[in-house]
Amino acid sequence: MIRLTDISKTFNKGQPNEVMAIDALDLTIAAGEYLVIVGSNGSGKSTLLNLVAGSILPTSGTINFDGEDVTRLPDHRRSKWIARVFQNPLSGTAPDLSIIDNFRLAALRTGHKGLRIGVNDVFKARVREKIATLNMGLEIKTGQLMGSLSGGQRQALTLLMSVMDDCNILLLDEPSAALDPRSADIVMRTADSLIKQFNLTAMLVTHNLKDAYTYGNRIIQMSEGKVLHDLSAEQKAGLMQNDLFGWFS
Amino acid sequence: MYFYLTALLLGLSFGCLAFGIYISMKIFNIPDITTDGSYTLGGAVTGVMLIHDQPTYIILPSVIAAGAVAGALTGIIHTKLKINALLAGILVMTALYSVNLAVMGRSNLPLINLPTLFSLISFSSNTDINAFWILSAFVVIIIAIIGYLLKTDLGLAMRATGNSESMVRALGVDTDRMKILGLAIANALTALSGYQITQYQGFADISMGIGVVITGLGSVIIAETVINWLHITFVWASLALVLGGAVIFQLVLALTLSLGVDANYLKAATAIFVLLIVGLPRLTRRAA
Repeated sequence: MIRLTDISKTFNKGQPNEVMAIDALDLTIAAGEYLVIVGSNGSGKSTLLNLVAGSILPTSGTINFDGEDVTRLPDHRRSKWIARVFQNPLSGTAPDLSIIDNFRLAALRTGHKGLRIGVNDVFKARVREKIATLNMGLEIKTGQLMGSLSGGQRQALTLLMSVMDDCNILLLDEPSAALDPRSADIVMRTADSLIKQFNLTAMLVTHNLKDAYTYGNRIIQMSEGKVLHDLSAEQKAGLMQNDLFGWFS
Repeated sequence: MYFYLTALLLGLSFGCLAFGIYISMKIFNIPDITTDGSYTLGGAVTGVMLIHDQPTYIILPSVIAAGAVAGALTGIIHTKLKINALLAGILVMTALYSVNLAVMGRSNLPLINLPTLFSLISFSSNTDINAFWILSAFVVIIIAIIGYLLKTDLGLAMRATGNSESMVRALGVDTDRMKILGLAIANALTALSGYQITQYQGFADISMGIGVVITGLGSVIIAETVINWLHITFVWASLALVLGGAVIFQLVLALTLSLGVDANYLKAATAIFVLLIVGLPRLTRRAA
């Protein structure tokens, strides 16, 4: 469970270009909830996700995961709860490392990276099996450099990497925005099935209203750092795609 | 012929320095020029400890520790104070000049008739051949250690830090700590070259490190050209090529000198040579 209490974030405080990105926001996301966040540019969606991830720290307010106060923890110390998929496929993987090496690091997300060689035959077999579930034919290319793959392939692998180790929370920051329609569809469906399979608490930021309509069991619209609409699972089920478009007119 | 043997020995001695530059520049993507200072620091510590009759098993760890501290300082200034890496390196390098003078007590330490690394074991009665075997063994051990390190889980985290910082942070890696560790390793290696060169040439000098960073840079760039050309991804092979780059670099300098170029112009010749190896591949690519 993620609980944000009275969270505010101001950038460039005290300067002429001061921006209040998040304004006294209260938000509780239950375990297993798949929250979709929509909103126009500058509404604070990405800031909200970065606050949960710990890439930026709030100006005021507190953040709790499962009752534990993580407000002041930097991103690399929140990795025991959180896995993350970025908008830019390049951000979620290391291009000059092989696929298998990327997976090795992902498998140690919550653990210690020590002085032993962890990429062995058992590990390789385990990764190949996982990758085979994508049906992209990548399981035979695990020695290849990550950078030689397409954005869609990398994004799909990033998703798989997020469940290589214990994971409670999955943050998806416009994961399909940079992809062609077919790859985008594969990535969104892979995310959806992983979230269900591993019973993850997920947050998806998207500009794609069709995705926002199709996926998730709760939806919020943000505007000027506040929550404008908040629909629960039942309300979202009764929502029409056109109603969503109406939110932006 | 002797001329080229000397160049080969120098190349082997500069191998560690080239590995250091390879780690900071290629693996961590940080332009680190603490090198000039940490190389001299390695030489200064070696010289002073030899004069005080310290054994190798004390000198070697001391040199490594001294280089590592210098590198870690640059790393801390760069990551914790968020100062540009180049500037952090210049700051530490500048401060090291005074440190090195204080360590040595004066600007030059001759090490005549002192037992050195090269009198430790005798493979051959010819001192140069003997030095060749000792340096080769030394550098092979170093390649084995770094090669292993870069294949471990920690090594993967280090390689990913210079490659995709947002990713490794999301995977629970403290990238600041990785960079500090990386710069410490890089400068410990650099100090090792100072250790070898000082004993090989028989003296430590306060100005021995001036411009030495270009030697490492040139070696790495030569190696990189071959690595890209042959699409090498194997860590040990890359390190061996970096060593090869260091040797080729010294051989080219020896060739330059043997062509009758005034030794006073050697630094200029070095800079032009590095410019050529950096620039030529780009120029030819543009033409193609």
